[in-house]
Amino acid sequence: MHKKFLPSDWILPLGAAMLLCAWPALAAVPEASVAWWIWPLALFVLCFVLGMIAVPAGVGGGVLFVPIVGGFFPFHLDFVRGAGLLVALAGALSAGPGLLRSGLADLRLALPLALVASATSIAGALLGLALPAAVVQTALGVAILGIVVVMWRAQRSEFPLVEQPDRLSQAFGIQGVFHDATGRRDVEWRVHRTPVGVALFAMIGLLAGMFGLGAGWANVPALNLVMGLPLRLSAGTSGLILSIVDTTAAWVYINEGAVLAVIAAPSVIGMMLGARIGVHLLKIVDAVVIRRLVIMILLFAGLRAFGRGTGVW
Amino acid sequence: MNAEVEPAVSPTQLRFARVLEIGMFAGLVLLAAGFVIYVTGWLPSMITLDSLPQFWSMSAAEYRSATAAMGGTGRLPAGETLPLIGFDVLCATAPVACLALLPVYFRQRDWIYLVIAGLEIVVIASAASGVLSPH
Repeated sequence: MHKKFLPSDWILPLGAAMLLCAWPALAAVPEASVAWWIWPLALFVLCFVLGMIAVPAGVGGGVLFVPIVGGFFPFHLDFVRGAGLLVALAGALSAGPGLLRSGLADLRLALPLALVASATSIAGALLGLALPAAVVQTALGVAILGIVVVMWRAQRSEFPLVEQPDRLSQAFGIQGVFHDATGRRDVEWRVHRTPVGVALFAMIGLLAGMFGLGAGWANVPALNLVMGLPLRLSAGTSGLILSIVDTTAAWVYINEGAVLAVIAAPSVIGMMLGARIGVHLLKIVDAVVIRRLVIMILLFAGLRAFGRGTGVW
Repeated sequence: MNAEVEPAVSPTQLRFARVLEIGMFAGLVLLAAGFVIYVTGWLPSMITLDSLPQFWSMSAAEYRSATAAMGGTGRLPAGETLPLIGFDVLCATAPVACLALLPVYFRQRDWIYLVIAGLEIVVIASAASGVLSPH
């Protein structure tokens, strides 16, 4: 059947493309000739748009925020990463209560993984703030390009088969039942390969702290494909883990003076407002189109971060 | 019958959700109010808004040195501090939620999770206190 072409199919991609195309023109203007308030205002508008597309694309705002703002705004990467963590944290805290109440996030699973990831996120944050900006920017570019590959190729399993839970998850009592509203049934779940999952979350925490990225892009595949958690429960529990891990790393950035209110506040507020629109857009736009757009934006931003770090672009 | 089945969610999880919700709401209100007061100049700031571009292109280490030379300590007074209070509340939400779990796990004699929640508070507190800072 031929799909009807809706305005909503092209308005959002076109808007985002226009924003990215217009940016070099603004960036070419000497910074000193631009009034200070232009940048926070531009940041607010950008974050509003990012918030709108992040929800239908199924990614957190942080993973879009850091490479784009770090690549195209005049702010030092330290402040961008500090703001990125707070953007991801605010989004995770906003969604957390609803996910917990609806049973789409599991606290018992989240706590041990968050403990490991939050401990390593401190090391990541301290390391990221100690390394030269060019090194971090180059590594960020590589990481973002890696995320593009993960997002492009990652398989997802709605209800992975877990034949035998591992001993660690049994000792911790990590199992449960969640109500699948789509299929109108209760689904029993349990996890396997918990030690591997713990090791992965140690790495994820390190990356989140170092680059200021919310790590939903990594949490969901780790929970779903490695530990065998149902997909929707993985997405919800990922947000809960983020709210703890990003809190820990954000404190390091705050203590190191790497949070500027003029950068972080409009970013958080813009992203939160945009995400509210994004929730409604989720019902009318083609999520696949948005996800492809986000992958293209990340590819562009990743190349820019790599180029900026190496001095090529 | 078309009624949705209510998911069975543990009281512990609901308690955690409640604390997150309160903290998130309080943090965002304080953040928005503090930012409006900051950018409208209702309270004096150490760094004038016009001179912000000189500071935001510095690294965090350079920024700390510059503000220390101006008599600050990295956490600036008055106008600059207000929006940061909102961020502090947002960042205090998760450890407070973990703290709220401790008596529940104690009553349930769930020693493993009592230790995990306690350790999580210690990890976040160590990051918040700055004791791990190299400076």
